[in-house]
Amino acid sequence: MADQKASTSIEAVESGLAAQGYIASRQIATAVYLSQQIEKPILVEGPAGVGKTELAKAIAAWSGKKMIRLQCYEGLDEAKALYEWKYAKQLLYTQILKDKLGEVLGGAQTLHAALDQLHDFGDVFFSKEFVEPRPLLQALEQPGGCVLLIDEIDKSDAEFESLLLEILSDFQVTIPELGTVSAITPPTVILTSNSERDLGDALKRRCLHLHIGFPEQRLEERIVESRVPGISQTLRRQMVGFIHEIRSLDLKKLPSVSETIDWARVLVLLQASELDTDIVKDTLNVLLKYEADIEAATPQVTTFIAKAARSNVFG
Amino acid sequence: MRENLHRFFRAARGVGVHVSPAESIDAMRAVSQVGFSDRAVLRDALLLTLAKSQDEKLALGDCFDLFFSQPGPRQEQPEGADQDASQDPDQAPSSGASNDAGGGSPQQQELGPLAQMLLSQDRNAIAAAIASAAGAASLSDIRYSTQRGIFSSRILDAMGLQRLRDELDELTASNPALAERLRAALDALREAVRDTVSQGLALYAREEAENLRNDILRNAPLARIERRQVAEMRALIRQIARRLRERYSKPRKRQRRGHLDVRRTLRRNAAWGGVPFLTAWKRKHRDRPKIVALCDVSGSVAQVSDFFLLLIHSLHEVVDDVRSFAFSSHLIEVSEILEAKSPEEAMAEIMSKVGFGSSDYGSSLVDFEKEFMSTLTPQTTVIVLGDARSNNLDPRADILRRISERSKRLVWLNPEGRLAWGFGDSEMPRYATFCTVVRQCATAQQLERAVSDIVATYQ
Repeated sequence: MADQKASTSIEAVESGLAAQGYIASRQIATAVYLSQQIEKPILVEGPAGVGKTELAKAIAAWSGKKMIRLQCYEGLDEAKALYEWKYAKQLLYTQILKDKLGEVLGGAQTLHAALDQLHDFGDVFFSKEFVEPRPLLQALEQPGGCVLLIDEIDKSDAEFESLLLEILSDFQVTIPELGTVSAITPPTVILTSNSERDLGDALKRRCLHLHIGFPEQRLEERIVESRVPGISQTLRRQMVGFIHEIRSLDLKKLPSVSETIDWARVLVLLQASELDTDIVKDTLNVLLKYEADIEAATPQVTTFIAKAARSNVFG
Repeated sequence: MRENLHRFFRAARGVGVHVSPAESIDAMRAVSQVGFSDRAVLRDALLLTLAKSQDEKLALGDCFDLFFSQPGPRQEQPEGADQDASQDPDQAPSSGASNDAGGGSPQQQELGPLAQMLLSQDRNAIAAAIASAAGAASLSDIRYSTQRGIFSSRILDAMGLQRLRDELDELTASNPALAERLRAALDALREAVRDTVSQGLALYAREEAENLRNDILRNAPLARIERRQVAEMRALIRQIARRLRERYSKPRKRQRRGHLDVRRTLRRNAAWGGVPFLTAWKRKHRDRPKIVALCDVSGSVAQVSDFFLLLIHSLHEVVDDVRSFAFSSHLIEVSEILEAKSPEEAMAEIMSKVGFGSSDYGSSLVDFEKEFMSTLTPQTTVIVLGDARSNNLDPRADILRRISERSKRLVWLNPEGRLAWGFGDSEMPRYATFCTVVRQCATAQQLERAVSDIVATYQ
């Protein structure tokens, strides 16, 4: 019974994401479903442009939650990711409240008594009012929950990873002056990585590990269909077939899904009805981002078009 | 089924996937969400929770397929299988004792449960009984292929073989036809059990066997590695290279807090009249690694140079500034080949260009001095990989002295043992005087230590 529910729920995730224009494979849908059920973050790895960041956006749109994004880079630290004190505001308030302070402390006879009275006010200046929440803290404070996207975690330093551990496993952070802030509603956390460096085991252990590779031909056709509705079926088949041929080459940067979509848009814009050598050669720079790659691919264009056309006839 | 999952975790550890208790708990939770009915979803769920990289995913996927291919008949009839599974615990282990199992034809009624099961040809029940008997015989403890016999007989014993034998003896006299049928079924059962044990060996013993084999390989002399082991050795060296890369590739910025840089602090705070709002700390200056590797690829070290080149190839991935040279009778630069190509292609190309000649250290050193001496700076570590056997030609140790003077360190890695140095045409003692370090480097382990030390001096 429970099993039945699981597979229908996974299908529901799949169609929900599809409604937002994100065509997910079965694995992706399973990962999203599981992460919601057992409240674990998803660590998404894969080459650039296969839709890692898009996935987070689609989940946010589908679940109707706000998306909070934290872009990682080298040197990112607590103050920019978690919280910071509003120093200027603190200073300003002490100036404004100077007179008030004098009044309050006026009754005190000795320095000691004044100090005691000051203590009674508690840490006025280190209260929630003066905390500037950064993305991570913001994500915990959303009453309705949110989708927290920690993008390109591999670009950040190893120390930053350790900072994330508390949030990822318990959905809470500890601010020395305030204590522990727990999430009101646990956010859906998506981490993305381009595998620029190997992440620590501690981080990986806390996440579901999802690898998104280049999609299969069928799936990619569906993606193009949903993203570029104006394209004819023949052209779609041909261009996706052509890209799959290109990916078999040994290139510096293989074209990924985002390039496929861009190219489809370009072809629609040029009002191409089917692929031919000229149009491909003219627009190859949309697909390939290095001069050397373009040079390597150009001699193969005619053969690839023929192959793509042939597979189109039989497939 | 929980028991099955635990055994799957053990099998997963066997294929090199690290499954910690926390991960197994996560996997359990995930599985309780998705259930067992859809195998593809189950596979995805386990892969998501247990595997931590693409390699691990592949390994774990194979392991999953092998593991869950075990109870074949169950997959065909899921409903029947469930019933069997619920029955089997009380059925199989006590099968020797219990005698109340009814059904079957009158003459079969006095037979034991195992005999009845065999005669009724109930494949599901037999498979379930084998599985639970395998559990009782703790098949997951199997380690070596020599244990196959003992585990087979343990499983058969647990299924009640003894009683079946007695019954067979009786039946041969009273009912030969039935005895014949039973004997044929028993043979089939033995075969099935043997298959189960072999599969268990493949699943559970891999970890142990792999560790043992790698341990032996790591300490085996590179020059005497058998042909069939070469592929494994390459994989091992690649592992070493990956470890080196993980340890040293990331340029770690380490700030040495504690020593105030007074000059920079004053300058930075000039705007506040020298009141130190911002502090500046002294930083430890660290050299970027610069390595020049000279690799002998002549006939005398042909066996080892493959591995040397593989290691230099991995150095290229770890360290930005590596220039590598290969020589036998003359010397060429191979940095570009190593950088642009996969290890196998690169090695084949280098070998075809300079490999397998007779070595002439003198003229190779002359080549180096003439063209590449300018690559050496006081920050450079020079690594020479070779046996220093120069076929009685002029060793030109004076050039090595100049190389040593120009560089930070000169490390010589020699595949021969210390005893052989200086005998025959070995020029090692003459070269050794100019080297900062001379190490014997005959096994994969020594190779790893040597390279690790070299890279570590720059950390």
